[in-house]
Amino acid sequence: MSEQRKQWPLYEVFIRARSGLEHKHVGSIHAVDARQAVEHARDLYTRRQEGVSIWVVRSSDIVASDPGDAEALFEPAKDKIYRHPTFYSIPDEVKNL
Amino acid sequence: MYTQGLDSLGADCLHQATDAVTLEQRFQSKVDADDRIEPKDWMPDAYRQTLIRQISQHAHSEIVGMLPEGNWITRAPSLRRKAVLIAKVQDEGGHGMYLYSAAETLGISRDELLEQLLAGTAKYSSIFNYPTPTWADVGAIGWLVDGAAIMNQIPICRCSYGPYARAMVRICKEESFHQRQGFEIMMTLARGTPEQHRMAQDALNRWWWPSIMMFGPNDATSKHTAQSMRWKIKRFSNDELRQKFIDITVPQAEFLGLTVPDPDMRWDEATQHYVHGPIDWKEFEEVLKGNGPCNRERLETRRRAHDEGRWVREAALAYAEKQRARETQAA
Ligand SMILES: [Fe+2]
Ligand SMILES: [Fe+2]
Repeated sequence: MSEQRKQWPLYEVFIRARSGLEHKHVGSIHAVDARQAVEHARDLYTRRQEGVSIWVVRSSDIVASDPGDAEALFEPAKDKIYRHPTFYSIPDEVKNL
Repeated sequence: MYTQGLDSLGADCLHQATDAVTLEQRFQSKVDADDRIEPKDWMPDAYRQTLIRQISQHAHSEIVGMLPEGNWITRAPSLRRKAVLIAKVQDEGGHGMYLYSAAETLGISRDELLEQLLAGTAKYSSIFNYPTPTWADVGAIGWLVDGAAIMNQIPICRCSYGPYARAMVRICKEESFHQRQGFEIMMTLARGTPEQHRMAQDALNRWWWPSIMMFGPNDATSKHTAQSMRWKIKRFSNDELRQKFIDITVPQAEFLGLTVPDPDMRWDEATQHYVHGPIDWKEFEEVLKGNGPCNRERLETRRRAHDEGRWVREAALAYAEKQRARETQAA
């Protein structure tokens, strides 16, 4: 057997596109540690000034909802249309509501 | 790599004086350029303290704000109104959570924030210390109180502190339905039987002045305004926002066929603004001091909810620990 290579851990990368905006998930990257993950994310994801700030999080630290549960989780909000302002009919003469 | 070393700049820093000046200048020019300050950026301690105070007061207001309307959930006049009211109160709880999280980015813990509220040392909006004796109060709160809140909150979407501004964008999106459902209730009552119309007028009579006072003291007596404006935590003065609210709301009251309880209220052709009568600031100060009609009841209710929920929090933690222990045992 050849050399047993140890895989570098995976990090999820979040970029703040502009000052004031939230960080958004853009992809992931392998790196030896968090510091290197930031450096590599800089090289990989911001070559065209896509961001002003980078967050990295170990992928194994992310807990995600199960896609199979999507219906049970999100369906109940579907019939609650009264959470939207358009549900209420306000006459046109009434301004600024 | 990060700037986190900078915000711990303290007594042990050799060049503290000169460094603090440059840091402060850099900070202010960032604010002047409409750039956002983020949690790991250096910021003056007074800026941090002001934000902690303001954001936590705002969060407490959302939480205590659930109580006056919550009173009506079991007695809402129809299933539709009940579903809507539950959704609204649920939103307000959510707003409190967004805001507590924003405050926590400034280095204060959730537990400390809750303790301040329950101990009665933290402030929350004076408006929630008024009672809700009739169903029309639910309409008046949505229309006027949420209306005034929206007026206050929209400029904060551009606040210099990133997490607060972003929380506010989310909140403002959700507020719109709150105000519209309130106006719809008022419209239904105002167009209903004479008794319902009277109920609507009575609610307006009781909620008008407290809503006007929600914008805070007059500019001349407001102690925080100037500095907050420089820091772009505040974009408009109390009086400016109050005036905007009045200009928008008086015509809405007219549409409803209701009268704003201010005999001095008049339209001024020259300035194109309404002119209102004197505000009873004594009442405002009394409510702030804790002597409003419901101050004690609100805090007692909040404390009881906290105490009665204790076993749930403890049980959840114990269960999670047990699960973890089982997993390590199995491994
Ligand atoms: Fe709210
Ligand atoms: Fe609201």
